[in-house]
Amino acid sequence: MKRNSVWVASFTASIAIAIVLLVAGSPNIAANDQPSMANAAVNIDNFVFGPQTITVPVGATVTWTNKDDIPHTSVSTEGVFKSKVLDTDEKFSYTFTKAGTYPYYCTIHPKMTGKVVVQ
Amino acid sequence: MKDKNKDLIDQKLHDLNNDGVDRRGFLKCMAWAGTGLVWTMSGGIPTSRAFAKTYGKNAAKSGDFSFVQISDSHIGFNKPANPDVTATLQTAINKINAMPQKPDFIIHTGDLSQLSKPSEFDTLDQVLKGASAKQIYFVPGEHDMLSDNGEQFLQRYGKGTKGSGWYSFDQKGVHFVGLVNVANLKAGGMGSLGNEQLEWLEKDLKGRSASTPIVLFAHIPLWTIYPDWGWGTDDSEQALSYVKRFGSVTVLNGHIHQIMQKVEGKVSFHTAMSTAFPQPAPGTAPSAGPMKVPADQLQRVLGITDVNYLVSGRSLAVVDSPLADSGSSASGSGSGSGGR
Repeated sequence: MKRNSVWVASFTASIAIAIVLLVAGSPNIAANDQPSMANAAVNIDNFVFGPQTITVPVGATVTWTNKDDIPHTSVSTEGVFKSKVLDTDEKFSYTFTKAGTYPYYCTIHPKMTGKVVVQ
Repeated sequence: MKDKNKDLIDQKLHDLNNDGVDRRGFLKCMAWAGTGLVWTMSGGIPTSRAFAKTYGKNAAKSGDFSFVQISDSHIGFNKPANPDVTATLQTAINKINAMPQKPDFIIHTGDLSQLSKPSEFDTLDQVLKGASAKQIYFVPGEHDMLSDNGEQFLQRYGKGTKGSGWYSFDQKGVHFVGLVNVANLKAGGMGSLGNEQLEWLEKDLKGRSASTPIVLFAHIPLWTIYPDWGWGTDDSEQALSYVKRFGSVTVLNGHIHQIMQKVEGKVSFHTAMSTAFPQPAPGTAPSAGPMKVPADQLQRVLGITDVNYLVSGRSLAVVDSPLADSGSSASGSGSGSGGR
């Protein structure tokens, strides 16, 4: 009965690689702040995005999974990304190709907010 | 003879009012009883028994009427504590159909569906078709506006409404306003009415006599119950400022799946139980997610809200009743006119 759709925002690999190379070439990135993993997970549990702030390298894919019995969304406050409605155990992924801070929230329960920091 | 009887009834009503059990009397009572405590929490247990006794079915007078509020039917939800929310909605409708005083209409204060799916709305329609009250007024909950900004909701339940679905109507001298506070919610915020709707509300109320009883209904509470869980409406103060001059204002909300009441001046606030699943009292659980209760307890924490308007005194009495009283067991949807 349950749909287990995974939503992956598609970006052409070439652009992603190009940006990764660009950022890698810039000298001003503190090495100790660099997260090692390329992909990261955010769990939605008890009406909270966990971790609330997640730091990933450019090119990383972040996957949100709804662990609640209530539907949620993960939507960029600045219109960068927008999940569909995630029912229990449904996932949404987005690949971040540009450095920056990306605040987001659940449009159904706007008190739920989070942040993706891309370095 | 007839006139004498009428006088008797009038007198009786008058006496009742002098007993301090009309709405205003109750307000005084509340003010006296609770210096700090202006609202009460009750985990699904009827809190307005006194009202129920006072405003019996025999107090009917021409101009009196009643309606029933149902809320948060969440058709499509299928997890603990309620794997069959259609059956509990059916039980609620059966209960309404069995009421001795037939309600003039029903108000549904939102979250009709769990995921705004056409099939969920279809199921809801099927069950509501079995209601003896044919007129049903709706406002959307956040669950009814998923994916399509509420377009489908508007098509099905909001024909002729303004903006995202707000409207007003009159019934026997009482002015009803249905408000939408679940559209275009902002990050970090609670419920929101928005400027367009507030401007409309101000105009809608302007020019009405201060003695007109007002009923505002919306999904998310129009008073701040628990900001951490978003249980409130950011710009409700503005809306309430427009109703301040009226002698009797009743605010009916859903969303929090439990009864809460607050009386502030001439405004009395009330939230209804869900017909689907209970939610925890503010701050008593890690989140506002569905509260799990034993199956035999479920129908005691689900329910309907009956509102009686008495033309003498222009007062509204709100009576909550669970689907099953304590003592009786929760056994399916019972008999009654089915929604087939």
